[in-house]
Amino acid sequence: MILNDLIEIKNAELAGRKKITLRCCMAAGCLSCGAKGVKQQLDKAVADAGLQDQVEVRGVGCMKLCCEGPLVQADPQNSLYIKVTPENAPSIVAAIQGGQTSVAQTDPDAAFFKRQLFIVLANSGVVDPERIESYIAADGYQALHEVLNEMAPKNVVESMVQSGLRGRGGAGFPTGLKWGTVAKSPGAKKYVICNADEGDPGAFMDRSVLESDPHSVLEGMAIAAYAVGADQGFIYVRAEYPLAISRLQLAIKQAKQMGLLGAGIFESPFSFNVDLRIGAGAFVCGEETALMASVEGKRGTPRPRPPFPAESGLWGSPTLINNVETFANVPPIMRRGPEWFAGIGTEKSKGTKVFALAGKIKNTGLIEVPMGTPLSVIVQDMGGGAPDGGQIKAVQTGGPSGGCIPAEHLDTPVDYESLGKLGSIMGSGGMIVMDDQTNMVEIARFFMEFCMDESCGKCIPCRTGTVQMHHLLDKIIQRQATPADMARLEELCDMVKSTSLCGLGQTAPNPTLSTLRFFRHEYEQLLRPDLSGPPPNGASETRSASAAS
Amino acid sequence: MIATTAEKKQGRLRAALDHASGDKRFKILEAHMKKFQYRQDALIEILHKAQELFGFLEDDLLLFVSYKLKLPPSRVYGVATFYHFFSLKPQGQHTCVVCLGTACYVKGADKILAAIEGHSKIKPGETTPDNRVSLLTARCIGACGIAPAVVYDGAVTPRQTATAAVGQIQKWEAA
Amino acid sequence: MAAKTLTINGLQISAEEGATILQAADEANVKIPTLCHLDGVYDVGACRLCLVEVAGVPKLLPACTTKVVEGMEVKTDTERLRKYRRMTLELLLAERNHVCAVCVANGHCELQAFAWSLGIDHVRYDYCFPKWSVDNTHRLFGMDHNRCILCTRCVRVCWHIEGAGTKNVSGRGGHARIISDLNQPWGEADSCTSCGKCVQACPTGALFHKGSTVAEMERDRSKLEFIVTAREKKQWIASD
Repeated sequence: MILNDLIEIKNAELAGRKKITLRCCMAAGCLSCGAKGVKQQLDKAVADAGLQDQVEVRGVGCMKLCCEGPLVQADPQNSLYIKVTPENAPSIVAAIQGGQTSVAQTDPDAAFFKRQLFIVLANSGVVDPERIESYIAADGYQALHEVLNEMAPKNVVESMVQSGLRGRGGAGFPTGLKWGTVAKSPGAKKYVICNADEGDPGAFMDRSVLESDPHSVLEGMAIAAYAVGADQGFIYVRAEYPLAISRLQLAIKQAKQMGLLGAGIFESPFSFNVDLRIGAGAFVCGEETALMASVEGKRGTPRPRPPFPAESGLWGSPTLINNVETFANVPPIMRRGPEWFAGIGTEKSKGTKVFALAGKIKNTGLIEVPMGTPLSVIVQDMGGGAPDGGQIKAVQTGGPSGGCIPAEHLDTPVDYESLGKLGSIMGSGGMIVMDDQTNMVEIARFFMEFCMDESCGKCIPCRTGTVQMHHLLDKIIQRQATPADMARLEELCDMVKSTSLCGLGQTAPNPTLSTLRFFRHEYEQLLRPDLSGPPPNGASETRSASAAS
Repeated sequence: MIATTAEKKQGRLRAALDHASGDKRFKILEAHMKKFQYRQDALIEILHKAQELFGFLEDDLLLFVSYKLKLPPSRVYGVATFYHFFSLKPQGQHTCVVCLGTACYVKGADKILAAIEGHSKIKPGETTPDNRVSLLTARCIGACGIAPAVVYDGAVTPRQTATAAVGQIQKWEAA
Repeated sequence: MAAKTLTINGLQISAEEGATILQAADEANVKIPTLCHLDGVYDVGACRLCLVEVAGVPKLLPACTTKVVEGMEVKTDTERLRKYRRMTLELLLAERNHVCAVCVANGHCELQAFAWSLGIDHVRYDYCFPKWSVDNTHRLFGMDHNRCILCTRCVRVCWHIEGAGTKNVSGRGGHARIISDLNQPWGEADSCTSCGKCVQACPTGALFHKGSTVAEMERDRSKLEFIVTAREKKQWIASD
């Protein structure tokens, strides 16, 4: 494969395009609502109408407005059909010929779509994720070609630094800096890992990217491998995402057949192989050292850092670990230049962020917005507010590691620093909206139960602390707790946060802490009125301290 | 005494291998191991395959895997029990997985689960005494856009209610 | 070998390059509490008792896995650390069923000793009272899961020194548990060589010699030290 071959595939694909396209969302959400039957019937309706030469029915990835699925978009008519059933197919085919249809539609120019800015999701809902030609037609693999032929590895790292991209897994570590560290670490063997163990409940961005545009992730990984000097990659994807797994397997196979993965890519000396590793249901494996243990076939328990994976990772070799969305950002950055990317977003948070919008909100689905977009724009303008006339009470970001941002702070721009100031985190992109029916103490207990169940059990604060914090939250909800229990809870939050081994434990208290900060009255209302008084642990503290001295 | 213990020990592995020789699924499993060149780091992939073939991971199967990959049995058992996806007990004919992700939770997944528990008299992780239905929970299946979601025999089903879920279970019971 | 100078609790000391804070402190006779560290086996940084404060680092660092750096200023015994250590021990005491009065290791237990030294005379958390079993099937040794703190010393000596791999951890979180082979009764575990290193390594009364009664279970760590020194330094030093 050389550049001309790539361009030839692209041209052939574009030349084969028909006058009208019917794009059917074939991502997991729409599939579970019957999208497969819809596509079959559309194919049949097109054939019945004898329109095969004019109409292409294309299965595509996520079209973002998941709550209205199955979705079908007709181009160039720019009609977006919602809640489509297989029986609707003939009517839609009639409509694209100029007829009338009673199939429900929504405005594809509504704020939900218009306020989005697509970088990561640019191909999602457009290209056919099961055909590499479709990705190539969207300029796919051109960035990899340019990188391999025209850039030295250190220039690739330099471009990443200039772009200002930060890790999209949640912590926001500068990607270019990470790549540079791995590139500089000595070692004959290096690895690139894509963290697709999207474990935060309420987050499905990575699933959508993998289902909708798997090649962008593979291309991003290959560019990263070239930059850091790796020849082997792993994608660690959770077993709960069977569709993402099968599309990745297909994508890897297609890329290998075309010589875009494997030995001598684009007839250069660069070789890169990618293998899948399927997770088996352990949230902690999203933590990078636990993930590496799991790739090595072991129990997914984290280990202390340093040494960081960049120096000593998989089998002791320097290892680059980035998240799905981070890798998906790489090809567009290389294609359009780091300056372009750095021009989007805020001073310290560049580019866009994909969020999975869910919970008590009208429009649930996938959104990609520039960094710095205020939360209110996302939940009110785009999300349409709470359904059925409810009031939005809080927005939860960052899953079990994040916090609940109360409605009065909805003017906060989404960027790493602003969310951090409110005691939450950017996280991987789950955004759950809660309305006035939601009990915040129960939400805190929900997340604590999650962390308790997902604790690997290795370090004492996380293993036993989450059990005790969950017990105390439970006691509060059962109206059996005293002010002393509240004090105990807060003390434990601080201790578990400060002393746990890995990110899971260090962030497990966050949902509790943030609800204590903004919704303290909800806790206090639940305390036992008959047992208020000064917390007794003050006294016991003094006793212990004097005994120790 | 030491001699008898040794005999008993050998007997156990031999029994497991005997068991394996009479079952075609072990051959398929071994072919899968070969694909991974019997690499010890492929343990989790092998366990996935084993569970796919057998439905659950029984002791003989784990012993077979540890013998073939030359790993300590304790390591294989430790890995198999660390990950929630692996089951060491047989599952019922049908499985019902209630997603308890945040989006599903705020939209009432807890009530769906309570209704199923009440109807079937089993808790998550358990199977009905007639071996018909296994109830499981998931920590988020990523179907938040269509919450609350329940997975019936592998099919993700959107926007579920307590009534709909109990209805599905009743359908299985009647079949 | 290059030496590094650092201060621990204001005391200026030097340590070999590559040494951990725990080793450096130990040489300077500064005792840092730990329940999972065991000389001779790899460290896991799991018990979090050895966390120390290092100037300029916002996070607390485990002394057992953090290497010394030139000019490092370490504090091992601040009020904050003491408070966290007390809480860690209280959490452990509430987790399983630790009843010193009827324990074989009473008076020889590291958990008990640290609890005493920090003045823990009661636990502020509700006891969990879990139901754990006792495995008495081994010819020579017993294991009482009620007293186990999951430090994994037994797993590591079995793997790293003896090389048998009999012991491992099954399950996770609060359900984690030390197992033998395929979660078999210890007496039926094929791979166990009955070497007893796990029993010597255990910090509490969870692993014991059969036949020992309350307070009788004393451990002889010199055996472990002997083997480790022989392996690592090729020196066979008879203990007196």
